[in-house]
Amino acid sequence: MAPGLITLDKVTKIYQTKDGPVESLRPLSFDIREGEFVSVVGPSGCGKSTLLKLVAGLLPITAGQLSLLGRRIDGPQKNVGIVFQGAVLLAWRTVLDNILLQAEIRHLPMAAARERALALIKMAGLSGFEHKYPWQLSGGMQQRVSICRALLHDPPVLLMDEPFGALDAMTREKMNLELQRIWYGSKKTVLLITHSIPEAVFLSDRVLVMSERPGSIAAIYDIDLPRPRSLDVMSTPEFAHLAKTIRGHFFAQGSLDH
Amino acid sequence: MKTLLTSQWARPFLLILVLLVLWDISIRVFAIPAYLVPAPLEVVVQLWREWPMLLSQAIPTTWATLGGFALSVVVGVPIAMLIAYSPLVESFVYPLLVFSQSIPKVAVAPLFVVWFGFGIIPKVIAAFLLGFFPVVVSTVMGFKSIEHDMVDLARSMGSSRWQMFFKISLPQALPAMFSGMKVSITLAVVGAVVGEFVGSNSGIGYVLQKANGNFDLPLMFAALVILSMIGVILFVLLDVIERMMIPWHASHRQEFMATA
Repeated sequence: MAPGLITLDKVTKIYQTKDGPVESLRPLSFDIREGEFVSVVGPSGCGKSTLLKLVAGLLPITAGQLSLLGRRIDGPQKNVGIVFQGAVLLAWRTVLDNILLQAEIRHLPMAAARERALALIKMAGLSGFEHKYPWQLSGGMQQRVSICRALLHDPPVLLMDEPFGALDAMTREKMNLELQRIWYGSKKTVLLITHSIPEAVFLSDRVLVMSERPGSIAAIYDIDLPRPRSLDVMSTPEFAHLAKTIRGHFFAQGSLDH
Repeated sequence: MKTLLTSQWARPFLLILVLLVLWDISIRVFAIPAYLVPAPLEVVVQLWREWPMLLSQAIPTTWATLGGFALSVVVGVPIAMLIAYSPLVESFVYPLLVFSQSIPKVAVAPLFVVWFGFGIIPKVIAAFLLGFFPVVVSTVMGFKSIEHDMVDLARSMGSSRWQMFFKISLPQALPAMFSGMKVSITLAVVGAVVGEFVGSNSGIGYVLQKANGNFDLPLMFAALVILSMIGVILFVLLDVIERMMIPWHASHRQEFMATA
């Protein structure tokens, strides 16, 4: 088995609030392998997003060991690409310039970055919109821009926090297909936080089910559906079975979150 | 006529015209004596006759306004940034600022005359005291309304504080800053006149004071017209600068689309 690219060993997160400490994550231990697509599903407030921020180094862990690419995480990680639920684009920058922000802040050679940005724009189906402003694009297109920005510096790891949560169901399915295509072409390691069980099953090699707060791992499912997957896979009995099993966790806990 | 009504620029002038007519009619209908309210025509005549004097007196008032406004921005923006970035500074300084705003400036203006004499300095200070608060309040809001996810993204890109400020925070805060500055510049005009009221021998405030003493109501009204013109011109200038600096902002998008 390939060594873990992201390894968590008894990772714990406790927030200090005015009302005293709040346990967000119970000790979590798992590995994500290189090139693996892992989704995390769980009820609202179970600490899924916290988990992603810990891996990105944006929040410090309270206890345990957390490493990325074999190095302990002790601050914001530069070798990841992050996509949030909102596209978080800068209103005064065009599509191209928003993507190039990544290169500007990292001081990457601009000519090469520009070329790569244009290639990403083409891949994301945004050709012709390079010089448009974010507010001239639909929600789905904005999110594609933010994915391009996350990929510009060619990070080995892509961290996504409910990237399609704000999109309508049809756009969402389309984006799922595109994300699969991007991932298939680049073989990046992906950690996807999502509310949608079908989305998690459709995209992932493994689905991590988290329990209610304080979050802990309730189960891990291997998704052995053949790749590349088309949307038709969603109507197969295997898919339905997996989705049903995962959904069962939330019914058992008495909380249904989608 | 139709094009005049639909043109954005003509509309306020048309309204002024209507108000002038109403003014004239009410004076005639209610037989208001000229020592209470002068007729519009008298004001226009006085405006015409005293034009060179009014214009030359407008200059010191404009300078005092601009000085006070510039000081508001130069002092207000850094203080606002400190308040926005440091909860400690905010807890110490913000209540004090709000408190200082409840002091009537007209009441303290004579003090500045005592301290700084009859020159331009007391006027600038009065203009600054009125203009400074809106700049602070809106700049604080501008810098505080930055999306946390954007900050996280920039951190993951390895952004320096410097980059974060110039590439993200400052442009993000500009629209709010401009709306504060627009309020500030009109208040700065008021402040400058307050300064001229209490102790000065030049400026439109001084003309107002003198006209009032002589019961020259048409001249007083003419001075008021000049004063509003100063305010309007400065406001429009600021608006033009705003359009150049933040054409991307929602308030300018329509025309931006048309030109882009």
